[in-house]
Amino acid sequence: MTPSEQLPTTDHTRTDPAVETAAETTKDPSIAAGHSRRVFLFKLALAVNGLVGVVLAIPIVGYLLGPALKKTSGENSWINLGPLSDFPEGETRLVNYRNPITNEWDGQTGDIPCWVRRVSGDTFQVFAINCAHLGCPVRWFAQSKLFLCPCHGGAYYADGSRASGPPERGLFEYDHKVSNGTLMISAGRMPTLANEAKTVTPLTQINGSPAARLNAIDQPQPRCSSCQT
Amino acid sequence: MPDLKQRSLEVYNWFEARLGLGAPLIETAEHEVPANTASWWYVFGSAATVILILQILTGVLLALVYAPTASNAWNSLQFLDHNVKLGWFLRAMHGWGSDFMVAIVLIHMVQVFLFGAYKFPRELTWIIGVFLLLLTLGMAFTGQVLRFDQDAYWGLGIGASILSRVPLIGGPLVGLMLGGPIIAGNTLSRFFALHVFVIPGMLLGLVGLHVWMVLRLGINDWPMPGRLVKKSTYQREYHELEKKTGIPFVPDAAWKDAAFAAAIMLAVIACALWFGPFGPSGQPDPTIIETAPKPDYFFLWLYAVLAYLPPALETPVLFIMPVLGIGAMILLPLLSGEGEKHVSRRPAAVLIVSVLAVSLGVFTHLGTYTPWSPIMNAWTSDPIPVAYLHNRTPLEREGALVLQNKQCRNCHSIGGEGGLRGPALDAVAGHMTEDQIIRQVLQGGGNMPAYGNALNPSETTALVKFLTTLRGNDLQPAIDASRHLALNGEATPATTSGH
Repeated sequence: MTPSEQLPTTDHTRTDPAVETAAETTKDPSIAAGHSRRVFLFKLALAVNGLVGVVLAIPIVGYLLGPALKKTSGENSWINLGPLSDFPEGETRLVNYRNPITNEWDGQTGDIPCWVRRVSGDTFQVFAINCAHLGCPVRWFAQSKLFLCPCHGGAYYADGSRASGPPERGLFEYDHKVSNGTLMISAGRMPTLANEAKTVTPLTQINGSPAARLNAIDQPQPRCSSCQT
Repeated sequence: MPDLKQRSLEVYNWFEARLGLGAPLIETAEHEVPANTASWWYVFGSAATVILILQILTGVLLALVYAPTASNAWNSLQFLDHNVKLGWFLRAMHGWGSDFMVAIVLIHMVQVFLFGAYKFPRELTWIIGVFLLLLTLGMAFTGQVLRFDQDAYWGLGIGASILSRVPLIGGPLVGLMLGGPIIAGNTLSRFFALHVFVIPGMLLGLVGLHVWMVLRLGINDWPMPGRLVKKSTYQREYHELEKKTGIPFVPDAAWKDAAFAAAIMLAVIACALWFGPFGPSGQPDPTIIETAPKPDYFFLWLYAVLAYLPPALETPVLFIMPVLGIGAMILLPLLSGEGEKHVSRRPAAVLIVSVLAVSLGVFTHLGTYTPWSPIMNAWTSDPIPVAYLHNRTPLEREGALVLQNKQCRNCHSIGGEGGLRGPALDAVAGHMTEDQIIRQVLQGGGNMPAYGNALNPSETTALVKFLTTLRGNDLQPAIDASRHLALNGEATPATTSGH
């Protein structure tokens, strides 16, 4: 088919205005008679559309707000940071872990660092990397025993308490525990002022002896990236 | 040739018979505007529109290659920069286009404000313009996120931390912004949707309304001192002016718009060619913490404000100031819709613009060199000037070592090198006594951490001895007058008996 065949053969589309007005003036009176019925039907159709809108809005709003409505405790889980021998007493070290909730396409963003301070024996402090001011990554300086933030100069002492600068509080701390010779922290959500790293209630509530409880929690969890344990 | 001309006219007529857009468009383009509106001051709005079109075109082209996933976005930008022919130029055009667009929208706004163009009957045009400014800034921020590098990653962290300060609903808002528990793939997808679909859609719709209203209400006539805007008479006066001095917008007035738009486009191209694309900086890997995140140019002022606000004021200022600022801009034409337009009779307007421009300029300038940030590697990279080690005792030289090792240089400069967070130490002994220095080092205070736990007594002694030798250009050492009296026995009553 050539392009010329696709075109209308003649240009009759331009309507004569005179014809239109003539048609209007000779309108069938019965058309006007049905006016109120058609207005009613139009309103009815609009109402049905409104109903459809409401029905559609429920899943859409739920979909949009989904990430906002999740409970913190549902996103934190216990993560193994490694054997105690990795953490010499009196030192503060940077440790990376894979966030418990990640997608395959999260790439490197799913790897989260944290500062582990072994005070002595089983006494640990695990600090979030995020400055309590605006979330920038704080760096540990062992010589001056300070955490310094590169963004706005927030400074924290070795125990995470606020030293100076714009932060209103000390570093965020993760809940942690020592079990079977390894250090574990409860993490999963980026700590912010609205959502401190610590969970209010323990994630897993299993009744029974403390030993049984620890054993139940400390089963090695699969570290695959997509399963949401 | 006449045959060809005849042919093209026929084709035009074929489309025109069906579309019917040609005649009204030509009529609109040639509509009469007051001759005094054909000014070089009135070219910024059209220039912003032209850059918006440039951004859409370059944006679509970038989207052909960009991979909007957290694991691949950064790599796809590297691919664009190095493997796609002229990909770097496209990125540079889009990046510089965004900077020019923000700048021109701001200039346009200032011009409209100073020329009183927001007054009756153009109040709504101004209000829509306020939203266009916010949307433009939204495009700038979301675009910076799509560059998904280290700065983008930590910039999102800053955004989330700001949102988390919202009372009551801070937590859910952070979840809504990040699309998950951490900054990750879902976050990037959200910002991609915002940058590519949501905000451009709103921007185009509002630009359409904005331009429509300019056409409907006419271009703001050149303000004259003493010619007041009255709602009852303005439109009649404007139409009289239009009738008396009217010239066709195209080409008599529009040639200036076209010339300026071309100049701006050339400037964008020149910047893109000369400076190249922005970033990407390091990979968006949160485990690489050796980074000093910084926002793009137009958000540097905010970055600086956040460094200087006292901690207790930060949250209120963060949420009350934007509401007041945006509210004031929206209410402006409603509260001052009549009266004087000329800038020489509106000192308050000049004052507002000057104060805002100076503050934004100063904060932006501070943001370019972040004096509040410790310089993380100053303690290993900047040596103590040799002059400060001459004729010093071994103890004092040991103190210089302590100063280096304890990272004092990260915040304090000596010999012009080191951090700017704390005061320079070159003349510290000229205004602090030994006792005061000891107290300051051990207990901190005044925005300095306490070093009592990080220094043993011998280190403290050595450090303070060294610091007391730092007296600038041989200033007199600071002395404690009361100590002088104490050393000379009890204060003699004779000195006070005169009173």
